[in-house]
Amino acid sequence: MSAVSQAGPLRGSRPTNVPGSRPTKVLGSRSVQRSVLPGFRITMFFTVAYLAAIVVIPLLGLPLRTSTMGWDAFWSTVTDPRVVASYRLTLGTAFFAASINAIFGLLAAWVLVRYSFPGRRLVDALVDLPFALPTAVAGITLTTLYAPKGLLGAPLRDMGIKVAFTPLGIVVSLVFIGLPFVIRTLEPVIQDLSAEIEEAATSLGASRWQVLRRVILPYLYPAWLTGFALAFARAIGEYGSVVFISGNMPMKTEISALLIITKLEQYDYAGATAIATVMLFLSFVLLLIINALQGWSSRRVAQ
Amino acid sequence: MTTSNSQLPTAEGATQRRLTEPAAVRKALIGITLTFLLLFLVLPMGVVFVEAFRKGLDAYVKAVDEPDALAALKLTLIAATVAVPLNMLFGVCASWAIAKFDFRGKQLLTTFIDLPFAVSPVVSGLVFVLLFGRQGYFGPWLSDHDIKIIFATPGIVLATIFVSFPFVAREIIPLMEATGTEEEEAARVLGASGLQMFFRVTLPNIKWGVVYGVILCTARAIGEFGAVSVVSGHIRGLTNTLPLHVEILYNEYNFQAAFAVASLLTGLALVTLVLKTIAERRVRA
Repeated sequence: MSAVSQAGPLRGSRPTNVPGSRPTKVLGSRSVQRSVLPGFRITMFFTVAYLAAIVVIPLLGLPLRTSTMGWDAFWSTVTDPRVVASYRLTLGTAFFAASINAIFGLLAAWVLVRYSFPGRRLVDALVDLPFALPTAVAGITLTTLYAPKGLLGAPLRDMGIKVAFTPLGIVVSLVFIGLPFVIRTLEPVIQDLSAEIEEAATSLGASRWQVLRRVILPYLYPAWLTGFALAFARAIGEYGSVVFISGNMPMKTEISALLIITKLEQYDYAGATAIATVMLFLSFVLLLIINALQGWSSRRVAQ
Repeated sequence: MTTSNSQLPTAEGATQRRLTEPAAVRKALIGITLTFLLLFLVLPMGVVFVEAFRKGLDAYVKAVDEPDALAALKLTLIAATVAVPLNMLFGVCASWAIAKFDFRGKQLLTTFIDLPFAVSPVVSGLVFVLLFGRQGYFGPWLSDHDIKIIFATPGIVLATIFVSFPFVAREIIPLMEATGTEEEEAARVLGASGLQMFFRVTLPNIKWGVVYGVILCTARAIGEFGAVSVVSGHIRGLTNTLPLHVEILYNEYNFQAAFAVASLLTGLALVTLVLKTIAERRVRA
């Protein structure tokens, strides 16, 4: 039973170089000789100044503007039934779409890394299409495809399923724009998965299914969750691809981002700002969760 | 992460066991994946080109070679031409400070750099309306001095800078962290000036990362819809970018023209993917 000793912690995995996720603390002793390198002050100054001017100050204007409208007005705006319906729709469809992406993304990442088949590299390159394609283009083409007379919409309608201009259509759009996140987060982690562990578990008599469930999935879990959270966060704020396919009916298919635009067009700046503040808060919380997840993921890979 | 062997059946003929799934399972999984990707990626892309050429080549050319479309193209290019170099400069500066030096609040700084990714495009547009719009903080001052930012080109440029803000920085920070500081330190000790060190040591190490980030940044700058939509005011021929022009044509039920313009953007997206794949290989090499 010498194989037992090999079934220790995951070996052979690189701690860094996960594209898209920042490696944590690779060089601990970096600060010792830092005075040798020039340019800290000027680059830091430009970084902070530019960040403040473009991102921080404009974003701060939002809660600042909200604070002038008074708590009662703010609360009655953000808890208005139409607004609450939009949160429910936005969060619900985003969660559903991110879940679909999590399942198919895991499958696709596994297939693209582990199996070889003709056209694999082409397919792999194509995965990034939703990042590169303008969302408005995605919106009009998905609407055309899933409209009642569309290529996919017509047969689906015959089966009694309406996609375009229903919440299901919103889900389809959000699946499209969130598709690369789970795949791109999982791919490097699957690549780094040490074959020794699988060999050890297999030689100990584990079936393929047991290896998958007890060894591989627990290892992939943090990255998988990160990919899900990224897709979810993106889906919550999405506007361009959804606005065409959703039909935009108040209470039914009106997402929060669209409601902000509607309020702006009615010159209801306070209302738009209040909803935007809620969304900004949500984004910020999600960003912190994603950062924590990425830290967990890179620690898990480094083990 | 140890597999406790008590949970596993005894290893009889384990060495013969395949370290991958059975062939039938593999084929099924490949089939499901390809169907999913075909349905969600290839088919929508195909629809763009089919619809664009539905009424023939003449109609296609007419939709694209038209003053409003050309004005939209021009504005899109202006916004990208301002946004991309600025964000590239920022990316290089930020990653130099973050990756090569230690300071307090680094984690907070990188979180703030990521913010534009997390914020909804509509909210990104709204913040500039709140600053520079007619009811905004600087609104009265701007209108007194007859400066237009919202519903004009500067607003579109600002929104574009905002949404494409983190791309270059995010790509280079990990690269610079991975290379460490030894090479630069050696260059300095051997007497290189700051700029010599940067151009001869640092830049060669990160150049494909910069290219990669710039490609992503450009794609986003050209394709942005939500943020630009809020600040643009949709004035045909004046404040329309290409994606907004697509929307207007589509909402006017001029589907063929909408898809013709969309096909230009789709072509650009495909070029982006090719360049990205090339740059990605160089980054890994």
